[in-house]
Amino acid sequence: MISVNLLAIFYLVSGVLFILALRGLSSPETSRQGNLYGIIGMALAIGVTILSVGNFSSGFIYLILFLAIGGSVGAFIAFKIPMTAMPELVAGFHSLVGLAAVFVAISAFLNPVVFNLGNPGDIKIASLIEMSLGVSIGAITFTGSIIAFLKLRGIMSGSPITFPGQHFLNLFLGIALLVLIFYLCKTQIPSIFWTLIAISFLVGILLIIPIGGADMPVVISMLNSYSGWAAAGIGFTLENTALIITGALVGSSGAILSYIMCKGMNRSFFNVILGGWGAADQNISEKSKEQKPVKNGNSDDAAFLMKNASSVIIVPGYGMAVAQAQHALREMVDALKKNGVKVSYAIHPVAGRMPGHMNVLLAEANVPYDEVFELEEINNDFANCDVAYVIGANDVTNPVAKSDPQSPIFGMPVLDVEKSKSVLFVKRSLSPGYAGIDNDLFYRDNTLMLFADAKKMTEDIIKSL
Amino acid sequence: MEIDPFIFRLSIFILSIFIGYYVVWSVTPSLHTPLMSVTNAISSVIIVGAIIAALAGNNANVFDTANIYGFLAIFLAAINIFGGFLVTQRMLAMYKKKKKDKK
Repeated sequence: MISVNLLAIFYLVSGVLFILALRGLSSPETSRQGNLYGIIGMALAIGVTILSVGNFSSGFIYLILFLAIGGSVGAFIAFKIPMTAMPELVAGFHSLVGLAAVFVAISAFLNPVVFNLGNPGDIKIASLIEMSLGVSIGAITFTGSIIAFLKLRGIMSGSPITFPGQHFLNLFLGIALLVLIFYLCKTQIPSIFWTLIAISFLVGILLIIPIGGADMPVVISMLNSYSGWAAAGIGFTLENTALIITGALVGSSGAILSYIMCKGMNRSFFNVILGGWGAADQNISEKSKEQKPVKNGNSDDAAFLMKNASSVIIVPGYGMAVAQAQHALREMVDALKKNGVKVSYAIHPVAGRMPGHMNVLLAEANVPYDEVFELEEINNDFANCDVAYVIGANDVTNPVAKSDPQSPIFGMPVLDVEKSKSVLFVKRSLSPGYAGIDNDLFYRDNTLMLFADAKKMTEDIIKSL
Repeated sequence: MEIDPFIFRLSIFILSIFIGYYVVWSVTPSLHTPLMSVTNAISSVIIVGAIIAALAGNNANVFDTANIYGFLAIFLAAINIFGGFLVTQRMLAMYKKKKKDKK
């Protein structure tokens, strides 16, 4: 119905629209427009594909049916999901892309004729390589994202699962994958294809289980990247430019986010992938657990301090998301502003469980985005600020990262919270953060510890204001 | 001698990686979560392959083994497309500037 060349042009157009969709995200004002470009690009790609196949028999009815059911499920989830659950939603969505890539590749392998790839048992070698790479990465994305989802949702423990010989096993399976791809290209035996998928599923699981909860920002970004490469692999197989462009965009986007997250923790990508901080450094935290005096405060003290301050910086972390304290926090800030206090928010790159997690939660609570600052933008302001209100963050404020070369987090960029005149630290107990090390900040003279649930404490402060 | 079309596709791929690199670095960090959900949605353009897998081939049997994988992939990708774009829309609608449109 549509000539092949025209079809290719349309795919190119939708690829360009996807680029514009990402481009729009450079500022919140243009972002909504960008999302619209993305939707148009997607509708165009789907529309022209249906026209090009030109099959409007009973199969078409089923296509609409599956599209409608899937679409309603997706729309339902999109409207119902609470913003705090965004990390696991994204992980879940990644798994779907991965599995869809696997299914498309299986279909192409079983019926290569419709994709112009040759005949069953006699598929073009190049297509077979692209296909097996796509299916393998897709399968790893699928199971890996499922594990990430379970960990983020709390169904599976967030602590790293390690066993002896783990890295060796992964290496062995990785080599096995390459060998299988090689033999698949040579012999085209279907059972090798299925084994390839099975082993890739296994690799996906093994790859993610040793990674701990607080490293999830890296994992999610990495899986984001994988889903892109899988799409690109399938795009090469199907000779489809829209898929190739999109795959490359998504792949590099995820890779950049992983890089930013790793830099935020001053760790190399491999260090994160090869397993958690926690396990190896447990003994360090045991050693330093001597009793040191801390100053303990209540909501009245906190309210008094903040009311009389001229500027307050809020430092939110994962604990705020867990306690769902973002709305209470906004109310507290509103009350402070009425008292003429200048308030801003400081966000560490790895605060929360995914890139930009804190920003979304604050936006949900109606915090204007021009009051929210990144680490580099605001770090010098702590020295001139009266009160830093740390809510649910820990390791990202630890001054040890700047002073103690022995510390596992040494060199990690941290917020210079201790430079402000006084620090209010909302925390349930003195327990160390994810890195398993004590926070020096707790014992400083200018720190007041507020032992309570983040949301409850914030609400109490509002009452006292 | 003619150039293999694969080379053209490879060129598109490599250049797109560079475009992705520069475009994503210009994304403001506060929008990194919407960036992930929108990239998620657009990577579901894999539905294009699913549609071909589901519809092409013999018309006699709609649910041939190869076709059924196509339909399953359509279902999964559709969840992602609608879910991804809508949740992105929902998030982006929340980003507001200092009290102008409200209060």
